[in-house]
Amino acid sequence: MNFIKITKRDDLPRNKAILIRGGAILLSLICAGLVMLVFGLEPVKIYTEIINGSLGSEMRIKQTIIKAIPLVITSLGILVAFKMKFWNIGAEGQIVMGAMAAAYVALHYGETPKPVLLLLMIIASMLAGGIWAFIPAFFKAKMGTNETIFTLMMNYIAIKFVTYLQYGPWKDPGAQGFPKIAQFGDNAVLPTVFGVHAGWIIALILVALMYIFINHTKKGYEITVVGESLETARYAGMNIKSIIITAMLISGGLCGLTGMIQASAIERTLTSGISAGYGFTAIITAWLARLNAIAVLVVCILFAMLIQGGAYLQIAMNVPESVASLVQGSVLFFVLGSDFFIQYKVSLQGLFRKKNAEEGRAA
Amino acid sequence: MQDKVAIQMKDISKAFGAVKANENINLSVENGEIHALLGENGAGKSTLMNMLSGIYNPDGGTISIYGKEVKFNSPKDSIRMGIGMIHQHFKLVDVLTAKENIVIGQKGSFFTRGKELSRKVREISDRYGLDINPDKKVYEMSVGEKQTLEIIKVLYRGAKILILDEPTAVLTPQEIKRLFQILRNMKEEGCAVVIITHKLNEVMEISDRVTVLRKGNSIGTVETAKVEVSNLIEMMVGKKVDLAIKKETFADPKPLLDVDNLSVLDKDKKPALDQVSFTLNSGEILGVAGVAGSGQKELCETIAGLIHADKGRIFFEGGNIVGKTPRDIIRLGIRMGFIPEDRLGMGLVGTMDIVHNLILKDYQSQPGIFLKRGPCVEKANKIVSRLDISTPDIYTPVKRLSGGNIQKVLLGREIDAAPKVLITAYAVRGLDIGASYKIYDLLNEQKSRGVGVLFIGEDIDVLMDLCDRIVVLCGGKLTGIVDPTQVTKEEIGLLMAGGTLEKEVAQA
Amino acid sequence: MEVFLAAAIVAGTPLLFATVGELITEKSGSINLGVEGMMLMGACIGFVVGLATGNPVLALGGAALAGAGGALIFAILTVTLRANQVVTGLTLTIFGTGFTRFVGQDMVGAVIPGELRTSFSKVELPGLSDIPFFGPVFFRQDVFVYLGYIIVILVAIYMFRTRVGLNMRAVGENSGAADASGINVALYKYAHIVLGGALCGLGGAYLSLVTVPIWQVDVVGGRGWIAVALVIFASWNPIKALFAAFLFGGLGILGLRLQSMGVHVSQYLVDMIPYMATILIVIISTMRNRKEGMPPSDLSNPYFREER
Repeated sequence: MNFIKITKRDDLPRNKAILIRGGAILLSLICAGLVMLVFGLEPVKIYTEIINGSLGSEMRIKQTIIKAIPLVITSLGILVAFKMKFWNIGAEGQIVMGAMAAAYVALHYGETPKPVLLLLMIIASMLAGGIWAFIPAFFKAKMGTNETIFTLMMNYIAIKFVTYLQYGPWKDPGAQGFPKIAQFGDNAVLPTVFGVHAGWIIALILVALMYIFINHTKKGYEITVVGESLETARYAGMNIKSIIITAMLISGGLCGLTGMIQASAIERTLTSGISAGYGFTAIITAWLARLNAIAVLVVCILFAMLIQGGAYLQIAMNVPESVASLVQGSVLFFVLGSDFFIQYKVSLQGLFRKKNAEEGRAA
Repeated sequence: MQDKVAIQMKDISKAFGAVKANENINLSVENGEIHALLGENGAGKSTLMNMLSGIYNPDGGTISIYGKEVKFNSPKDSIRMGIGMIHQHFKLVDVLTAKENIVIGQKGSFFTRGKELSRKVREISDRYGLDINPDKKVYEMSVGEKQTLEIIKVLYRGAKILILDEPTAVLTPQEIKRLFQILRNMKEEGCAVVIITHKLNEVMEISDRVTVLRKGNSIGTVETAKVEVSNLIEMMVGKKVDLAIKKETFADPKPLLDVDNLSVLDKDKKPALDQVSFTLNSGEILGVAGVAGSGQKELCETIAGLIHADKGRIFFEGGNIVGKTPRDIIRLGIRMGFIPEDRLGMGLVGTMDIVHNLILKDYQSQPGIFLKRGPCVEKANKIVSRLDISTPDIYTPVKRLSGGNIQKVLLGREIDAAPKVLITAYAVRGLDIGASYKIYDLLNEQKSRGVGVLFIGEDIDVLMDLCDRIVVLCGGKLTGIVDPTQVTKEEIGLLMAGGTLEKEVAQA
Repeated sequence: MEVFLAAAIVAGTPLLFATVGELITEKSGSINLGVEGMMLMGACIGFVVGLATGNPVLALGGAALAGAGGALIFAILTVTLRANQVVTGLTLTIFGTGFTRFVGQDMVGAVIPGELRTSFSKVELPGLSDIPFFGPVFFRQDVFVYLGYIIVILVAIYMFRTRVGLNMRAVGENSGAADASGINVALYKYAHIVLGGALCGLGGAYLSLVTVPIWQVDVVGGRGWIAVALVIFASWNPIKALFAAFLFGGLGILGLRLQSMGVHVSQYLVDMIPYMATILIVIISTMRNRKEGMPPSDLSNPYFREER
């Protein structure tokens, strides 16, 4: 390692960074392609089919959008937490709790007129998700407990609790023995706009709102400062505890909202699997988007394309869906690694110098 | 005789990105000598020595140890050649004992065996006069003990060449005396000792020869006995510098801030401040002296409202400010700027630019939920020109600025608010002489406007030159309030270590 | 009761391997959230090799290599390329999940060959298994469990009684100090991350080869995450990890046990207990704040010598 010189870069022109990123993605696709070859699949065909499967028809585009919506909203929620360097790994649980709260409202007040019911469901879900995030935040603010493990555990508690409800007290007697929770009535289902459920409008509005929130409000500024330098925030007289809690209420609230949307528009009921891994994927997308609300939109759509493409591969080509996960993982690894080359400059030195030194001594 | 030369560095160069830390530096150190490496902060001393200790690789030039040319690929190689470096920031593992810290990285038996190690450590302690408890955990040690441990660590590995990086920064005058005695013992034993420092008086006291660095270049090597302090300064700075700090007294100082019996407990429920009482007058600079960790930070934070005092009161403009929120206190006109060791991290956010750092103290007074950047943009421009801050523009992240400029931003922000009370801690930490004097001028200017300045500093000479009175803290207690014109540096050192003076000193 | 305890040990052994594995990784300064992924990969490859060869040693070897391979990717990204550890670990889990589903899709329902199964049947340790009460519980288990005991003891001796173990702890607490003392920080991190991954792989293999020797897609079922929590629960101490793993193994099968005793508690509510217990432990550890019981100080900080 002594002939490789590594120096930290001061600044990198925008286009060079994009070049490195692009190169990483390309490399990852090639690598994943090689793995596919080993297992007897044709990479080029698979990649084209992924694009075809996600954008190739109106129906498929809608499916892609439907998959992007929960990703976007959850990523925005995670973005707020991560900006504050609060590692909220608990999005899964917050989604589930939000869905649970929405389901409760939907099933018990199903006769309320649609707009009111939906609004109530939204509020309930955001409150539930917010509270679920508030608990670990409270302990972090009060005594500095590790939020990574706390939020992680909260995921499992939430999922297990909903499973309990699903198999127990909330089990639908009309489901003929299957452990399911009752379907929502029509009033609890989000309306469709242009063929896709209204969640897309909510998602877009939230992207704009969060962008403004982080960059142009005092609270957003405070959150950023707390994340960048806790001591400085304290010295500036900021009330750090309240900032942490506010940020986490928002974070959990957004994830809870995702739960409501999924329960209302997609499943039309509550299941323990409602979060479907979005909570974890959203961490990746939020991070890849460098915690920028607008970039989140782009990254999530791309990811949704991958997920939808993968589903299409399964149905139409009988290629396992897991191929998409492989590609996802591969892309992620390479992009993670490429960050290094953006932050540091690597140059080869000394291979020639070593020779000269030896020659000099011999002379 | 080649054998006498322990270290020979020829034409050493090293750059970090665009910054040339060392350029064509020449240095030679002999056995049995104490060699001082003198230069301002940022002159490149630590960088140079880090190449000797194997942490950095030189870009150009050669290093020879005992006449043999070497290339260090890692600290391991350097240690093997008998070089031991005592870093400014101790490289010790807190949860391990002294014994364990000495042993890590060493070759030896597979299982850790205590007796052989203890014996060797005892032998070293006796030979050089170092006192250590091998089974004490590092996090329970005092700063002086940690430094002793670092020295033993290095000697245990057979070091014959010792490099100490700013060793006296954290010691009391008494501990410094003890350290110097140890260094003299080493010199007697034939070791080569290099001491990196920017403190002129120490150079004069302990070194045989001095090499001066300035802005990455080696200016020259002289014999200490043959030079004066003023020669050294000229070499360090490049021109003659008038070292006198102006001190004027203003008539009619009125009590401004009255600290009355202040007591603060830290998180382990030990007293960080213990019944401290003093008065800060308008139009004066009141210095606060003390070893690091004597309660200075707590004093600043308590006055600023960041910590709640457990007992006592602080009177300002007729009211007790204990219990008020930091924002209220800022609004009353009390401003505080604390420069921590890493410069950023307490007053400034490194990744943000000047504008956003100004917003830090400003945004609360703005109404509404939206952030308005406009007024701070103007302020930023004003401060940059007024304090002559060197920066590409006001939108550059402050961590890119050089140390002096970072500190100017911090101080500029506080001064710009036209405070009544200005508290500054370590305002000139790491600054070169020129920049430091600009800061003193700024503070004197504030003083002439009737501001009461509380100046926490680490350099006793500066405190004596700059301040009208000096408060001395030791272990949270106030050990004395003195008039610098009537006490010696040693007496202040005594107070810093917890002693008392018999003679009458200035009133509180 | 003894039957229940013995079953708790069986349930806890995969947790044990994974916990000790992640413990080593974290003690040397890296937090690898890819435990679930590595366990899955180990379960998968272990099963594949077991199916193909019927040889237990090869099967375990394959599992360990699979886990180590995943860990190696993590090490390259986080140690050499200084990537964010939390995100990288999560990526490893996603990758491991996908990889396992991909490779295992044809194996669903496959059963490992009989001779392999018998190598993991219970073996009584003479003498030890006669100790009243504890004997049958601890010493009438399969060899894989005994391997677990041995590994715990070895790791404990390594960490606290050997020079190399001391160096490793120094690396995890203060990489700068370790480096200045001449320790090759990168090498230590790589070695322990990979070793930790191998152990996680073995933990997964226990699930696919012994616990339920039929391949199912969700064979690990979230145990990897419990292991991550158990490391904290056990205060980064291998001996405590042993008891923690068995405790949580027992909690995991408690629901069924209670139901068989006529107590009607939903299995799912009982399932929540391990996670709530972990949260409790995390809170209590933070409150106690003893220096020795804290995470290694340099955990999740990448080390860069030339940093200015």
